[in-house]
Amino acid sequence: MSKEYETIVSIKGVSKIYKDGFEALKQVSLDIRKGEIFALLGPNGAGKTTLINVVSGIVKPSSGTVTVDGFDIIKDYRTTRSKIGLVPQELTTDMFETPWNVVSFSRGLFGKPRDPARVEKSLKDLSLWDKKDNEIRTLSGGMKRRVMIAKALAHDPSVLFLDEPTAGVDVNLRREMWDLVSELRKMGVTIILTTHYIEEAQTMADRIGVINGGKIVVVEDKAILMQKLGKKQLAVSLNAPLSAIPAGLEGYQVALAADGTELVFTFDVKAVQAGVADFMKKLGELGIIFKDLQTKESSLEDIFLTLLENSS
Amino acid sequence: MNYRAIWSIYRFEMARFSDTIVQSLFAPVLSTSLYFIVFGSAIGSKMTDIDGVGYGAYLVPGLTMLSVLTESVSNASFGIYLPKFTGTIYEILSAPVSAFEIVAGYVGAAATKSTLLGSIILVTARFFVPYSVLHPVWMVGFLVLTSVTFSLFGFIIGVWADGFEKLQIVPLMVITPLTFLGGSFYSINMLPPAWKKVTLFNPVVYLIDGFRWSFYGTSDIGLGISVGMTFVFMAVCVACVAVIFKTGYRIKN
Repeated sequence: MSKEYETIVSIKGVSKIYKDGFEALKQVSLDIRKGEIFALLGPNGAGKTTLINVVSGIVKPSSGTVTVDGFDIIKDYRTTRSKIGLVPQELTTDMFETPWNVVSFSRGLFGKPRDPARVEKSLKDLSLWDKKDNEIRTLSGGMKRRVMIAKALAHDPSVLFLDEPTAGVDVNLRREMWDLVSELRKMGVTIILTTHYIEEAQTMADRIGVINGGKIVVVEDKAILMQKLGKKQLAVSLNAPLSAIPAGLEGYQVALAADGTELVFTFDVKAVQAGVADFMKKLGELGIIFKDLQTKESSLEDIFLTLLENSS
Repeated sequence: MNYRAIWSIYRFEMARFSDTIVQSLFAPVLSTSLYFIVFGSAIGSKMTDIDGVGYGAYLVPGLTMLSVLTESVSNASFGIYLPKFTGTIYEILSAPVSAFEIVAGYVGAAATKSTLLGSIILVTARFFVPYSVLHPVWMVGFLVLTSVTFSLFGFIIGVWADGFEKLQIVPLMVITPLTFLGGSFYSINMLPPAWKKVTLFNPVVYLIDGFRWSFYGTSDIGLGISVGMTFVFMAVCVACVAVIFKTGYRIKN
């Protein structure tokens, strides 16, 4: 890698075995870079929340070490926790309190001096200002989630964990959340989000980690991951339908589709040029006439499913 | 020490107290007043003095303790149970606070409420029965010590409870009987010797006896033992809280 990155969260060999014997994390090692948006992808029960909770101090790791900005999460817990903001998956907040009160409380709990101007700004940033004195139970789901974010940001953390920020959230709100995350990144906050919406990771993340069954399956730059594991498909619409794949195309990964009117050629992105060019040349040699061409790139979702299949 | 965190938890808890002032203050004051009317004024006039103290006045320390103990346990247990129940405890656990700071915030608030309640009951009682306080400093000392000790006990109950039923069962099934049988309404010297022995296993006996001594200067057990036993009970509660945080019992995985 040509660029040097500064690590802000370093997880080394972390395992977690719950009292009932369930092994939620198995020797997880992961470095989060300063200022990045890191998406932790995985199916339900993969260990995403446990991993976040270990770093935040809610769950004790059974083994392994975690450092935040060079400080150990157990030995220097005051330092590391004051650097971390956590937005849990569930909308857990005091329903009979007001946004103003709970955000002020969070700030104090993290040892920051009272600062009404700061609380006002964060409520305004999250469009909660006109609801500041309403009981939280009267707010919509999206607003409740924003209250949770305002609480997590109340002590100006440098790392923000968003556990499933858009689970069960409608499309508009999801976009809003993505914009908010981009804003936060611009402010220099490192963001680690868990999701099982691939689209979310694809839209927002710089890097992606896939976790399954408590193990990290892969950690990669989003673009590289897609390039490495992505496949492209070339669909060739034929003038006349074929009954079988013509002789001479055996060496290619080809399938016949749409009642024989379409030839679908699958190739690795890595072999882009040679693969397609060769294939086209071959079609010409075989005298196959076509009226249209279409290429399709595999999405992160396909990659994800392939990874999960391979890892389980 | 994260003093701001302690203060934040304390303030937050105290705010809930003022939001539910009818339930947390007026209700106990009303029920205690009823005791004073029935046992103090109505029946009390037909009773003989105990240790030279009129029955109505004799009741004051015991009835005050009854409310203080019940409210300490209720307030402190509810205070820590609620975040466990709603899930907001995640924030406490992920905050840069030590176990001591968490306990100081929650128990401090609960104990403040009980001390406040005890004081208000004492003032209210003055309207029904005449009484005097011989050792006011000791009286305040006992009141605060008892509030803190039983708020610690309540904190333990709140951590242990995994449902609202358990939360209510302890004040109702444990604290109330212990207080009634702990000499709130009588001198333990009035019991047959065997029952007096059994009664000495009840920690509330020592609290009430010491508290009553601070009013009238008479004691069934002796001041030293009362103070000593109160501290022993407090030490047991502190040890339990320490174990809770050491092991993460019902708080942390």
